[in-house]
Amino acid sequence: MAVAGYADPAAGPVPERDFEMVEAPIRAFAIATVFWGVVGFLVGVTIASELAWPLLNLDLEWTTFGRLRPVHTSAVIFAFGGNALICTSLYVVQKTCRARLFGGEDMGWFLFWGYQFFIVTAALGYVLGVTQGKEYAEPEWYVDLFLTVVWVAYLIAFGGTILRRQEPHIYVANWFYLAFIITIAMLHLVNNAALPVGGGSGQSYIVWSGVQDAMIQWWYGHNAVGFFLTAGFLGMMYYFIPKQAERPVYSYRLSIVHFWTLIFLYIWAGPHHLHYTALPDWAQTLGMVFSIVLWMPSWGGMINGLMTLSGAWDKLRTNPALRFSVTAVGFYGMSTFEGPVMSIKAVNSLSHYTDWTIGHVHSGAMGWVGFITFGAMYYLFPKLWRKSALYSEKLVSWHFWLATLGIVFYITAMWVSGIMQGLMWRSYDELGFLQYSFVETVAAMHPYYVIRMFGGLLYLSGALIMVYNLWKTVRSEALAEQAYAAQPGFAPAAAE
Amino acid sequence: MPTKVEKDSITGRETTGHQWDGLKELNTPLPKWWLYVFYACIAFAIVWAIIYPSIPMTGARGLSGWTARGAIGPELEAERQSREPMLAKLRAATPAQIAADPAMRAYALAGGRIAFANNCAGCHGSGGQGAAGGFPSLADDDWLYGGSFEAIHGTIAHGVRNGADADARGIAMPRFLADGLLTAPQVNDVAEHLLGFTGRATDAAAAERGAAVFAENCASCHGEKGEGNREMGAPRLNDQVWLYGGDKASILRSVGYARAGVMPDWAGKLDPAIINMLTVYVHALGGGE
Repeated sequence: MAVAGYADPAAGPVPERDFEMVEAPIRAFAIATVFWGVVGFLVGVTIASELAWPLLNLDLEWTTFGRLRPVHTSAVIFAFGGNALICTSLYVVQKTCRARLFGGEDMGWFLFWGYQFFIVTAALGYVLGVTQGKEYAEPEWYVDLFLTVVWVAYLIAFGGTILRRQEPHIYVANWFYLAFIITIAMLHLVNNAALPVGGGSGQSYIVWSGVQDAMIQWWYGHNAVGFFLTAGFLGMMYYFIPKQAERPVYSYRLSIVHFWTLIFLYIWAGPHHLHYTALPDWAQTLGMVFSIVLWMPSWGGMINGLMTLSGAWDKLRTNPALRFSVTAVGFYGMSTFEGPVMSIKAVNSLSHYTDWTIGHVHSGAMGWVGFITFGAMYYLFPKLWRKSALYSEKLVSWHFWLATLGIVFYITAMWVSGIMQGLMWRSYDELGFLQYSFVETVAAMHPYYVIRMFGGLLYLSGALIMVYNLWKTVRSEALAEQAYAAQPGFAPAAAE
Repeated sequence: MPTKVEKDSITGRETTGHQWDGLKELNTPLPKWWLYVFYACIAFAIVWAIIYPSIPMTGARGLSGWTARGAIGPELEAERQSREPMLAKLRAATPAQIAADPAMRAYALAGGRIAFANNCAGCHGSGGQGAAGGFPSLADDDWLYGGSFEAIHGTIAHGVRNGADADARGIAMPRFLADGLLTAPQVNDVAEHLLGFTGRATDAAAAERGAAVFAENCASCHGEKGEGNREMGAPRLNDQVWLYGGDKASILRSVGYARAGVMPDWAGKLDPAIINMLTVYVHALGGGE
């Protein structure tokens, strides 16, 4: 293959060559990650409060739960998570390939501004009521088309960098990042296939209809979890945990086997979102069994993350940022066990449509996605701004405990409230009448809604502490590092 | 970078010899328990897919012959059959007959409670206490269309001003100010007169003038002394129970622009037995006549 710098494994060692990393856009992505994280958590606390005290929606259409909820989900998944993934993937791919980003600085900036523009136009649409009404795919066709352009550029930048690599092999983190980028492109295109209404309207008709539309929506929705929130963040895990623990990855073979099984299996598990609906029985059966087979491939990542610490567990005491990354893997293991359990139809008949699902998704989102990102950001900020250390390890500890406590409040409240809700819906009195009306179940959930809001508030407070800590780190003169820039293979970036 | 296999001093494992940005990998085999649980899950999946329907587009049922429709059908039928004898009796009887029969009454109150909670409580409150803004209380003896079994049944079955049921209750009150039937000072006078029914008038002269306006424009429906008229659904005005507020501002608005609350006609939406149960339940809330 005639790509400059491409290393053919058969051709033997390639002489080392210095490369200049593209860093400024990555710094911007890191800032955006933290910024959108705070926005997403804040909107989350806001809508959690609205559920507990509905008057807080101010009786304005723009601030109702229905419009703010997609702002929250998109802000945490696509804005916080997406910026974190692009940020770390562009950093990791350059580091582990020893190659400058394909497309250089300009490509980095195009991705950065393009992605932020996507986020803002999508969020504006939600607040103004422009939505195609598909969960996690709410943006209308014009936003979708724009995102497609940015995403293809991202694929070219990432793939191009891999092709330029100076290493004979591709590091495992990059497999996961690449799987994430390619699959999200495919999901996005198929699920959003729509015909604009025309006449300058922002609205459109989805080309799929009926149960096919539902199936495609949850094929998309489930794999947004599988490839955006799992595969992408596993890529992050595979770089930052071994880096922070300063240990080799536990098992190369496990990484290969769990990568391919995860990639192959995740894509079929979507129908478990449509148990006991008009979806044909055969699709429900397959959705369930694929979800169960998915359990071990998911845990392969957990094992590789946790066991990488063997010989370095003591670092958990001294490195609170590593504590974030490792706890993240713990939450990952927990929610990837809970997921297959909830996909079992008998369990699903109780859990479906209840707050249990909300608790499940938040143990994944706050525990896994949030914590692995916090760990990576605490590692990256000093590296990207050439500081010898973080401003305060103690504040990282505070962030860690506040956020952990917040998650515990959140998910236990949702377990209790969800299971209670499911049980109330199905209880009958001795004459065969429903024991509870819908509004009685809502009233019963009120205390748990308050606890959930409180948990979210703790999580948000922790994130604000992180903002302060990172800000002080970046601004600190005392922590400025000289030696780092002089390391081989790492020329200092241009004017900062 | 040349590949160089090393031995990890802590675990005793060899590395694969690859290295990226200082990161290495151990050549640890797959954990046995992981592999066996994975195989067990695959075996479970295969067995499950043989027992339950899993072949796309063929309608094939799997060994058990199970289908979702096949499973729920008999369950629903059994449930229906167990209720049917009582429901048939409840359909055939009048609400008054149901209330007089202890077995039917107990069943109707239990069924009426949950039917009310799921269909009516949203507007009328979970105890039928009503809500501000035109949702009448069903727990007192101040009835717009009557509190007898028959009257309650009629209101539930046909609703109020819903435009869907020809037998719906309620006629439209004129919009006295908006349609120019009365002048603003006249509306003010009538309001003072209405406040005067409960000794709350603040302007005796206006109330005096309002009496004449009332007699001419309002009394035909609301009665000469404001005692109301259930035939028309004209609320009683000489008590302190107000559907839309009894302060002067609310009264001015009611006279000037009229109010016209609506309620669905439940006859086509709920089983006649359930409407009978609701009637008995509402009658028992406190105000039944």
